[in-house]
Amino acid sequence: MSKTPDPNPEPRTRTIKVDYLARVEGEGALDVRIEAGEVAEVKLRIFEPPRYFEGLLRGRKFTEAPDITARICGICPVAYQMSACHAMEAACGLVLDEPLRNLRRLLYCGEWIASHTLHIYMLHAPDFLGAAGAVEIAREHPDLIKRGLRLKKIGNDILSLLGGREINPINVRVGGFYKTPTRDELNAMLDDLRWALDAAIGTVQWVAAFDFPELEYDYEFVCLRDGEQYPMNEGRLVSNRGLDISAHEFDEHFKELQVPHSTALHAQRVGGGSYFVGPMARFALNADLLTPVAKAAAQSAGLTETCRNPYKSIIIRAVEVVFACEEAIRLVETYAPPPAPFIEPQPADATGYAITEAPRGILYHRYRIEHPGQILDAKIVPPTSQNQMTIEDDLRRVLMNNADLSDDQLGWRCEQTIRNYDPCISCATHFLKINVERR
Amino acid sequence: MDTTKKKLGVWKFASCDGCQLTLLSCEDEFLTIAEQLEIAYFKEATRRDDPGPFDLGLVEGSITTPQDAERIQAIRAQCKHLVVIGACATSGGIQALRNLRDIDQLVSIVYAQPHYIDTLATSTPISEHVHVDFELRGCPINKNQLVEVISAYLNGRKPRIGTGSVCAECKRRGHVCVMVAGNEPCLGPITHEGCGALCPGYHRACYGCYGPTDQPNMRSLTTALSDQGCTRDDIILSLRTFNAAAPAFRDESLHYEQDTRSKS
Repeated sequence: MSKTPDPNPEPRTRTIKVDYLARVEGEGALDVRIEAGEVAEVKLRIFEPPRYFEGLLRGRKFTEAPDITARICGICPVAYQMSACHAMEAACGLVLDEPLRNLRRLLYCGEWIASHTLHIYMLHAPDFLGAAGAVEIAREHPDLIKRGLRLKKIGNDILSLLGGREINPINVRVGGFYKTPTRDELNAMLDDLRWALDAAIGTVQWVAAFDFPELEYDYEFVCLRDGEQYPMNEGRLVSNRGLDISAHEFDEHFKELQVPHSTALHAQRVGGGSYFVGPMARFALNADLLTPVAKAAAQSAGLTETCRNPYKSIIIRAVEVVFACEEAIRLVETYAPPPAPFIEPQPADATGYAITEAPRGILYHRYRIEHPGQILDAKIVPPTSQNQMTIEDDLRRVLMNNADLSDDQLGWRCEQTIRNYDPCISCATHFLKINVERR
Repeated sequence: MDTTKKKLGVWKFASCDGCQLTLLSCEDEFLTIAEQLEIAYFKEATRRDDPGPFDLGLVEGSITTPQDAERIQAIRAQCKHLVVIGACATSGGIQALRNLRDIDQLVSIVYAQPHYIDTLATSTPISEHVHVDFELRGCPINKNQLVEVISAYLNGRKPRIGTGSVCAECKRRGHVCVMVAGNEPCLGPITHEGCGALCPGYHRACYGCYGPTDQPNMRSLTTALSDQGCTRDDIILSLRTFNAAAPAFRDESLHYEQDTRSKS
């Protein structure tokens, strides 16, 4: 794309509008005001209508939380089911054995593959290729988009087999699953998974060759780490600035603020400060735990241990797809059917806390329940609420560094910057229209 | 732009995005659909911002804000054929649980400053606001049924979408009855088919994702559930999920609540 000259070389006020952000999950806009060349205001406006899940959960049965919270987000229902199950099991003092934990990890691999591939091929890559969407890319490179669709489908096939269906799986319950698969059913996926691993490596090579805008910042990355496996369901919450806590300490270290321009709450560190969750954070703090082929793919893509350019999140997402395919193959090959599909949870008067790694970052659930199993209150902090402040910070830097771009180009660059975070607005609302005003 | 192709628009109201995502989850059919239809407006998938009019509109989500009540009118006026997809759009969705509760209290549970929030006291299906040409049920919708609805539209015929119950679908598939054999509280007899009787196939009782079937015998089922040992609260809660405001589910949950209260 060629740069168009700024029609007004010394603008006092610039207004750039993006009224409804495309290729993100949910509804939001961006308002930016630039006065005398300084960014006066950046508002990521989330107008996604609130649905009051935390209120609706009160009085429900503790066993209903995984199915009800799955309805918060159609792209990452498994994340909601995993955080809800683990929180309820924590409240019941229940820890599942390895075979059931491994099946949950395999289910999460399916969601990571499907969600990441959707974002890479259909939502984010078009920004790097100057296309409106994947359909436009498919006109010139049909085989490329077909590869993405098949890769996404293989992720969804894992969800369908283990979960019953891709969106709002039906087979997950507090304590395990309703029904566990046979070894033959899982083995039948191996050929596809091996194809997917190759396709994922090809995806890393494809996206690593994109042109990346310059933007680097010393973020506080926050994610899970257990020291043994690349994080999904387990581990302590850590950061590159010394945070090291367990899930039940989350509320002491993070708080949510309400701002007038958003129906999504903004999370920040207690004591102030934005932080960054998601693939970039996981890679920064857990790259040593990646599986061998994923490690090699990251290296061949030129990723250094800590990548601080958020546009390169697309490469890291692709590396995580390699990881998820490799991990899924391992989990299938070593599968031993659990002795029982679930363990019956025994509810007590207790509070349960859990954090798991949704594709776009940590998802915190806290429930207070009472015997015989009623939910008294619920708190849910999704990844996009946690990244909102960081997204606004990034946008300020992008606006300052790219004042020479035309309003259209600057608006698009802002959208691309937001999409770096794969924001999930339905989740965060409890998001985007872009208006940039230059004075 | 191909001017011979029919134009498709996709819109979202209060929802989780899952039903419009189903269009992107038609991995095998997506590019074929894109060949047959001009995807003119679909914010989740493209930056294109076609002003319309549109030949086929797909709408996900329910009406929960004053702005959305106006927006659906404008969308209806732009669409020749309007299909609403999913439990939110066809019954109000899980967020319609608010219809049975105090909205101010709900807002204040979630938001420290409730006065910033502009919301309606109810969540209502699209058909309460505008004429709809077809309602596709489910939380989420079934992707094969979505493909059928789109191809039926392209071929100018009625969609072949069954209207029976999950229970009948379950029998056709030959699953063991979870209610008879497992004493599980199954909503299959009153729930609209479309999911493929998934849950019983996974040894789980149906929990009503597709809403009420045509003419469900509600009291017969709630009585059977009670006889099975379900508590009053369990029976009421089971009808108050993703289709809580669908008339058959709503009315029975209210009547059952009232009847059992007066007996106790």
